[in-house]
Amino acid sequence: MGHPALMYARELPQRMKYLTEFRNGEIAQRMAREIRQIATRPWKIMEVCGGQTHSIIKNGIDQMLPAGVEMIHGPGCPVCVTPLELIDKALAIAAQPGVIFCSFGDMLRVPGTEGDLFQVKGAGGDVRVVYSPLDAVELAAKNPDKEVVFFGVGFETTAPANAMCVVVARRRGLKNFSLLVSHVLAPPAIAAILDSPGNQVQGFLLAGHVCSVMGYWEYPPLAEKYKVPMVVTGFEPLDLLDGIRRTVVQLESGRHEVENAYERVVTFEGNRPAQKLLGEVFEVTDRAWRGIGVIPKSGWRLSAAYREFDAEERFHITGIRTAESPLCRAGDVLRGAIKPSECSAFGKECTPRHPLGAPMVSSEGACAAYFNYGRFLSADELASAGSGMTGAMNG
Amino acid sequence: MAENGKPDFSGWSCPLPLADYPAIVMGHGGGGKLGNELVENLFLPAFRNPELENLGDAAVLDLTGELGGGGRLAMSTDSFVVQPLFFPGGSIGELAVNGTVNDLAVSGAEPKFLSASFILEEGLPLNELGTIVEAMAKAAATAGVKIVTGDTKVVERGHGDGCYISTAGVGLLRPGIEVGPQRAQPGDAILVSGTIGDHGMAIMSVREGLEFESEIRSDCAALNGMIAEVLAAAGAAVHTMRDPTRGGMASTLNEIAQASGVGVEIDEPSVPVRPDVQSACELLGLDPVYVANEGKAVFFVAPEAAEKVLAVLRAHPLGKNAARIGRVTAEHKGMLVAHTAMGANRVIPTQIGEQLPRIC
Repeated sequence: MGHPALMYARELPQRMKYLTEFRNGEIAQRMAREIRQIATRPWKIMEVCGGQTHSIIKNGIDQMLPAGVEMIHGPGCPVCVTPLELIDKALAIAAQPGVIFCSFGDMLRVPGTEGDLFQVKGAGGDVRVVYSPLDAVELAAKNPDKEVVFFGVGFETTAPANAMCVVVARRRGLKNFSLLVSHVLAPPAIAAILDSPGNQVQGFLLAGHVCSVMGYWEYPPLAEKYKVPMVVTGFEPLDLLDGIRRTVVQLESGRHEVENAYERVVTFEGNRPAQKLLGEVFEVTDRAWRGIGVIPKSGWRLSAAYREFDAEERFHITGIRTAESPLCRAGDVLRGAIKPSECSAFGKECTPRHPLGAPMVSSEGACAAYFNYGRFLSADELASAGSGMTGAMNG
Repeated sequence: MAENGKPDFSGWSCPLPLADYPAIVMGHGGGGKLGNELVENLFLPAFRNPELENLGDAAVLDLTGELGGGGRLAMSTDSFVVQPLFFPGGSIGELAVNGTVNDLAVSGAEPKFLSASFILEEGLPLNELGTIVEAMAKAAATAGVKIVTGDTKVVERGHGDGCYISTAGVGLLRPGIEVGPQRAQPGDAILVSGTIGDHGMAIMSVREGLEFESEIRSDCAALNGMIAEVLAAAGAAVHTMRDPTRGGMASTLNEIAQASGVGVEIDEPSVPVRPDVQSACELLGLDPVYVANEGKAVFFVAPEAAEKVLAVLRAHPLGKNAARIGRVTAEHKGMLVAHTAMGANRVIPTQIGEQLPRIC
């Protein structure tokens, strides 16, 4: 294979496991040096997928890049972009007696208008974390007197398993299982990003796991239309560095092609049987993305053939009035319009201890980095800056 | 946000998780910020006294001048609500004894006496209770402590998960040994007594019905013997000891950084993690630095004593995989910073509540 990690890895005295080879710090340094040599100008590259963002931050990849090469974190975290209205519906369904509400773990912490699934659980709702949608189907079979609902969110990556669970539920004749669906699709989101006013993204790392299902045949028309390079990229540190390197090489030479830097997992066609299943179970729909707006044809909902498993139809939740909590100036900070310290809440109502916005929450967030490293406050000062501010967090 | 109907990606960020709940949620017991806030905003103001304010694993009670000139006692308490009651490597019984023994031991005390309170659910099979109690007796004998008082309550079926146990313990503080979360100093070496995350993943593997190819066993063990050897060898060079239970090693190191007003640096590749624990964590999107341990300790020691302490640990059966994982710095006070395998840095913050399996 042509991956630099594998070429370098042949020099290493270790068994090939296709995992540790892609986490070698020495090779990472070499690849980072190579990117520094190639990059002659500043470039802004977006990794679309939340899993890639996580890996970039966990491994500190962003710090290894030359100053001009900036990673922009894309809206590829499915729990975060799930529309508020659907979160509120989930809260309402989960609170009903006789319902077992199943979800992936990190969905429990996502705030709706009035609370999160943790609070529903605390108030007596039967909310359960499952690791596979098929576990929820099993729960439905074991609890025929309960309505079992699975919160099916995610990009194309999680869709085949969610599709499979309604197929299995039908095959087993389960009438007490339903799916609350909020699937989102990567290609329309990328097109919408490139169409959006003030877009600064010049190249994309395509989400490797989305492409493992869907292939990458959907992307060449996008790369051609918008003249941006796109590189199918994996999730290990060396995968990410190789994806970034290939994107920078294209940018520097003025090319805009779709490349595959995740050949050990992704093929051009993708997983055809999965795509066929998805085509039967789901149909394309307009989808609201939280914090972004409606993106046409950017989601999947259950097709007419499987509509009977749609939790929205089954529970008819009405009277949802959504309201986002009052926002800090995170948007202005992330756009670079203001420095964190220019926000009136910075260091007062908003500290890492009591954050008002995401940039102050994540340790890698601009505000938190500014607060922690820019001002070098001691733990005592941090605590006193944050004390008495809990009221500001309501909502 | 979306104005005139056009999607707008400028300044998009994840919605903020809630951090201020009007009622107790599971996260309050997760060993993260939510639990810390209960302590700081509720328990500490209500009960305030110098012994409590140290917020160590055990309170240090100076009885010099009382009881005919006695010495110093350490006192600690802990409750155990683990599900399932039996898991690979142990049961709630061993946990209940070892948990309190370890809290006393890392405070520098020799654990002596324990109490045990049982809250039993109607319908709990007596043979299960018998197995639990036998496990406690065996664990107490191994640790060299006596269970000298206790209590039993029964709650109606559905009001408890079979069996909850609360233990309290007292120990004798060794003269001349002063350890505590606030005593870490710039320059200190940081050691861990073995692989991290074993207990949490062992529980997860049975609780969630996940099937791994190899059985991950809890590391549940009493650490007082090993710690006694460390203190005998290095004495005052040991500044801080903690057993990183709920919230894992990351929460413990963050607490020490904040209590001591120092920065903590770890070299991530040097942190020992079993390959099966690492794989299980990756499968579920968890980070082993946040996963619970029940038989591990971290030590902050003067740098000149580090190799000696490491040798003592490695010679002990519970410390075979001990490793030197980092150091204390005067920089980035109150924060835990990891040097990653890639040669970069990342901040490892305290979690808000319990760690959740990630979808992305």
